Amino acid sequence: MQRYSGFGLVKHALSHHEHWERQWRNPTPKKQYDVIIVGGGGHGLATAYYLAKEHGITNVAVVEKGWLGGGNTARNTTIVRSNYLWDEAAALYEHSMKLWEGLSQDINYNVMFSQRGVLNLGHTLQDMRDIQRRVNANRLNGIDSEVLDADGVQKIVPILDCSKRARYPVMGASWQPRAGVARHDAVAWGYARAADALGVDLLQNTEVTGFKIRDGQVYGVHTNRGDIEAKTIGCVTAGNSGVLAKMAGFRLPLESHPLQALVSEPLKPILDTVVMSNHVHGYISQSDKGDLVIGAGIDGYNGYGQRGSFPTVEHTLQAIVEMFPIFSRVRMNRQWGGIVDTCPDACPILSKTPVKGLFFNCGWGTGGFKATPGSGHVFAASLAKGEMHPIAAPFSIDRFHSGALVDEHGAAGVAH
Amino acid sequence: MNQQVQRLAQGGRIDRSRPLDFTFNGQTYQGYHGDTLASALLANGVDIVNRSFKYSRPRGIVAAGAEEPNAVVQLGASEAAQVPNVRATQQALYAGLVARSTNGWPSVQKDLMGVVGKVGGKFMPPGFYYKTFMAPASMWMTYEKYIRKSAGLGRSPAEADPDIYDHRNGHCEVLVIGAGPSGLAAALAAARSGVRVILADEQEAMGGSLLDSRETLDGKPADQWVADVLEELSGLANVTLLPRTTANGYHDHNFVTLHERRTEHLADCAPRTAEGARQSRARLHRVRAGQVILATGAHERPLVYAGNDVPGNLLAGAVSTYIRRYGVVPGNKLVLSVSNDHAYRAALDWHDAGREVVAIVDAREAPDGDLVGEARERGIRVITGSAVIEAKGANRVSAARVARIDIDGFRVAGPVETLACDCVASSGGYSPVIHLASHTGARPTWNDGILGFVPTLVDGVHAAGGAHGIYALGEVLADGVAVGSQAAAATGGEAAEVALPASQAIAESPACALYQVPHEKPTLRAPKQFVDLQNDVTAAAIELATREGFESIEHVKRYTAMGFGTDQGKLGNINGMAIAARCLKRTIPEVGTTVFRPNYTPVTFGAIVGRHCGELFDPERYTALHQWHVENGAEFEDVGQWKRPWYYPRKQGGKLETMHEAVARECRAVREGVGILDASTLGKIDIQGPDAREFLARIYTNKWEKLAVGKCRYGLMCKDDGMVTDDGVTSCLADNHFVMTTTTGGAAAILEWLELWHQTEWPELDVTFTSVTDHWATMTVTGPKSRALLAELTDDIDLDRESFKFMDWREGTVAGVPARVFRISFTGELTFEINVQAHYAMHVWKALFEHGKKYQLTPYGTETMHVLRAEKGFIIVGQDTDGSVTPEDLGMQWCVGYDKPFSWIGKRALTRSDTARSDRKQLVGLRPKDPKVVLEEGAQIVFDPNHAIPMPMVGHVTSSYYSPTLDSGFALAVVKGGQQRMGESVYLPMADGSVHEAEITSTIFIDPKGERQHV
Repeated sequence: MQRYSGFGLVKHALSHHEHWERQWRNPTPKKQYDVIIVGGGGHGLATAYYLAKEHGITNVAVVEKGWLGGGNTARNTTIVRSNYLWDEAAALYEHSMKLWEGLSQDINYNVMFSQRGVLNLGHTLQDMRDIQRRVNANRLNGIDSEVLDADGVQKIVPILDCSKRARYPVMGASWQPRAGVARHDAVAWGYARAADALGVDLLQNTEVTGFKIRDGQVYGVHTNRGDIEAKTIGCVTAGNSGVLAKMAGFRLPLESHPLQALVSEPLKPILDTVVMSNHVHGYISQSDKGDLVIGAGIDGYNGYGQRGSFPTVEHTLQAIVEMFPIFSRVRMNRQWGGIVDTCPDACPILSKTPVKGLFFNCGWGTGGFKATPGSGHVFAASLAKGEMHPIAAPFSIDRFHSGALVDEHGAAGVAH
Repeated sequence: MNQQVQRLAQGGRIDRSRPLDFTFNGQTYQGYHGDTLASALLANGVDIVNRSFKYSRPRGIVAAGAEEPNAVVQLGASEAAQVPNVRATQQALYAGLVARSTNGWPSVQKDLMGVVGKVGGKFMPPGFYYKTFMAPASMWMTYEKYIRKSAGLGRSPAEADPDIYDHRNGHCEVLVIGAGPSGLAAALAAARSGVRVILADEQEAMGGSLLDSRETLDGKPADQWVADVLEELSGLANVTLLPRTTANGYHDHNFVTLHERRTEHLADCAPRTAEGARQSRARLHRVRAGQVILATGAHERPLVYAGNDVPGNLLAGAVSTYIRRYGVVPGNKLVLSVSNDHAYRAALDWHDAGREVVAIVDAREAPDGDLVGEARERGIRVITGSAVIEAKGANRVSAARVARIDIDGFRVAGPVETLACDCVASSGGYSPVIHLASHTGARPTWNDGILGFVPTLVDGVHAAGGAHGIYALGEVLADGVAVGSQAAAATGGEAAEVALPASQAIAESPACALYQVPHEKPTLRAPKQFVDLQNDVTAAAIELATREGFESIEHVKRYTAMGFGTDQGKLGNINGMAIAARCLKRTIPEVGTTVFRPNYTPVTFGAIVGRHCGELFDPERYTALHQWHVENGAEFEDVGQWKRPWYYPRKQGGKLETMHEAVARECRAVREGVGILDASTLGKIDIQGPDAREFLARIYTNKWEKLAVGKCRYGLMCKDDGMVTDDGVTSCLADNHFVMTTTTGGAAAILEWLELWHQTEWPELDVTFTSVTDHWATMTVTGPKSRALLAELTDDIDLDRESFKFMDWREGTVAGVPARVFRISFTGELTFEINVQAHYAMHVWKALFEHGKKYQLTPYGTETMHVLRAEKGFIIVGQDTDGSVTPEDLGMQWCVGYDKPFSWIGKRALTRSDTARSDRKQLVGLRPKDPKVVLEEGAQIVFDPNHAIPMPMVGHVTSSYYSPTLDSGFALAVVKGGQQRMGESVYLPMADGSVHEAEITSTIFIDPKGERQHV
């Protein structure tokens, strides 16, 4: 792999950038691999990378029906945080946070992880009780998190309307300084390049049409480019996980919903942190390019169309203008949608399945991007060992039978 | 005052009798009514309007419409009126307009960052930031600060918006988007058929390309036909004309959002009407149309050649528009580089304006259409088989380098001739405006005949004219009429006659496919050839992206940022795809197109928000007694949408009580005398039908079969996961009639929950639900003296403790009005909940206070209510529960009817291995070891406070207060296996490092046998 550095950039500039190598190959599928990852989004690519790097399993194919990182990796609002309430979720997201810190150097690709802090606002007495509870839990779990009052919030975000004029005046917030945003596409590309360099085959435009299963054991996939065999297969297909599970002959407790986001036109820097409000219901940050990146809740209906309904956009912007009245004259440039796979407890599924050798990593709902490194890391370990990694174990699909749910509705960025 | 040096003495649709002064970058200029800001700037010879985003290169006006990438300005004379990123080509000029460039320091003319761009541009290939700024890791936040500073276009206002916006829902049979020739023809055909028509057009004036056409209709200037059609349409009652209105988003089922700019052509803040009324600055029309006609025309594609971003490089069509519509010639010496006949108009218009056309450089070997002939007849030099390969000049074009090119071989095939000029106009063909059609998710298809993508249309959508590649005026008009008639017929319109005006047939020779013009040097070494001007994306960037393995067009777009600007790639995307196709040795359709998303052009947040801001963001709900609470000094708490009295601080010795003092006083009043709470906000659902009782038995955990008329019962509701979701008292009014109460915040959701189960799972049950929350006011009179007080106000309800028992309800009159009185208690004291029609509430409330004086009747708020109920161990769903708590976790097994004949929601879930565990987190009481301590609500509980982080947590405090009765802090909490740990100590490590110790107790702190509520 050609190493990237500032020095390298200068060197290439002097030779008119004619010697940059491909960031990843475009290989022909082999007949057989040790492991197949279905889904070339951030989570799938991270899984492939850690399989190769941490477990020495390099005979790996990532099978992607479209382009790498083209699903929710390309469509999210790029927020990274780990201030989750329950121990199981906190462990998973904090594991991820630690990998984010140092990820650019690890994969030699600047994912622009910007630890500019995340505020989760409280607007009611119950909001503040919940914030206290979550922050206390975070602290005892070793996660940086503190409670701010309204003045503390105002100091961090001077343009936020913290006055009593507001319909639901800001009473305080939880504040995680290590949280922030990252460049979503770069995460997919960085993992792709690093995995490719270790020998992983990234197969784009390759769509899985079925599984090869014998005696309850998976041994390959059918694709539009022919059959590919492997005895260990990890499915990481987000909103399409239900479809894949059906191909394998079982069902998952998932609902696929549209989730929309939107951006303003690029503006000069005005918002230096991430502000989220569950109660007024919107969240916002500003990208390095200057766009205000805005999101809110899922559309209520189920669907696979990567677009949502306009009322959701209206409600979202109402919340944003309520919190930031100065943005009323700013203009919305673009909106888009992704398909999120939501679980009844707003936590993911990292699990074995009724089919031996077939593992699923899905159900991340609205919160998958922030988990990308951690999800890939523990999923890779699980695939390598054939047993779920201890951090992944609580997220088995068995929990929907046993009732051992990890109910993160309150801690998720949005109300489901 | 500068002269309008480039303004023609005559011509154009401007009013020379109405000069308008405006300011750009601090300098005052003059334009005319009818100008856009762009045409006025060009008239004044302003070349540089901005600096580019990445390289800080000087940029001028390129286009005349929505596709303009460069002339993006900051508008607004005052701080509150600032609008970032206005396209000068779409901003009508008004007197006093103030605009600035969005980039350039110290000025757009002399920009220091431009030096950085010139020197450093080489080191900024696409994605350079992914490849550097990685060491040392700790420096990224510093690098980022400077990257952010140099990014962005305009700036947000720093003050709140003085203007208002509104919404209008529209319905029509036929929505026509675009009022150019095809749109006007389609609207006319549809309108004459009698159906309701909305015609929306984004420009200041309707007419589209006809407003600057060289062609005639019926022998008259084309804009005369426009005026005639508009006159007819505006006289028809079934037609709504919306000028200055852009269709921005096309959503499912023919739902289209139209953004009408109502006052932006007048001032930067909406002026008052002649009558002095406020008017909205913009209006969002949410239109549901039977049929939609996309008459959105086509955008011209510029050619991609070296130096194509120097001010003075324009689109050929824009040159014509500025000359013919605004009477402005954007230069003196023109070189025109084309791949098609149509663009020759620019040279003819330029020539008509009396300026020099240096040459027309045509990439085709033997063009021979009518316009080509006309140009040759005028003696204009036409150079064939060639193209402008490079524009020279620093702040303004000074020359064009022209050479023979070999398109298929992608090389310069002959010697270079340098032509002195100050304007290079180019045309590489036309791209239908397919944005709205692709909002539906339908991928466009490539049409080799027109060298462009045409829209793929879902049901109920039509394209007309240029929007699907029909360009000759006569054909465009005929197409418009045909499509308009077809759409009208599909929605029940009568067949109507529309006579087409006579147009000239203009013979055109076929266009050639030319996107990027080859240079003598290979693309990576040639001077920059810009594809996306706003984002500074070059042909070299696209080549490099493909070289690095970014082969999907989505990858190319994301890696280079092509099409991510505020123009969303209207000018550059097709060229970019063509370059990617060349590099990947594929065809354009093989490379495919990216997906266009709403909005077509940016829309003000305010317009999308409409009136749903400020006090109408989420309307406050008040009870019928609200005014009394205000007058009596209540502090309020937001509970759901309601404003509820939180506590009533009194002046004591000239000082207002603290909350702590007020709550202690209110608590004592209830425990010792009588207090009153406005409980009107509790959700109330009227449930009727023969199966009402059965429905209750299924939706609640407990039994309802034996609840007699006149009785009340507490019920607990679980979700299907077995977790408690709501609670409340339901009373039996008649065998088939119940009234359910819910938590205040849960009222709407619970009604939906009931409807969901009824409509989707048990439709066979005959039962109906009606929200009656607002119909009834509820006054909770509670305390040992409550009976005595109520006795003074009713004479037809027997209040005797034996005949009107706890958990009974009675109908009668209170203070002379009909009332339902419930003997239920949330304080543990003797309580009467008086329900009267909301309109009577104030009368009854005041009567209670009049008679209550001698009992020192004390109003109390939600805080006191919380303390009193917690002393009794009564839960508040949502505070003491969080969606992970079962009835058994709450110690409320008594409220679960395990043996009910039909199942009930949550039953199965409660038998799951984890929900049936005996060591789950369970609700308990906590008494802090130090009675002065009031534990923090949300404090986490541990068994071993000396454990290292991460510390195993076994529960948390759900409710915590100071109890004046106990003179001690106390709390409710959930603790792992807590019900088996009575008397044990737990620890609460706090953020400040302190650790509290508390003892696990029963949840009932006062009156454990529950005797007081029966007195």
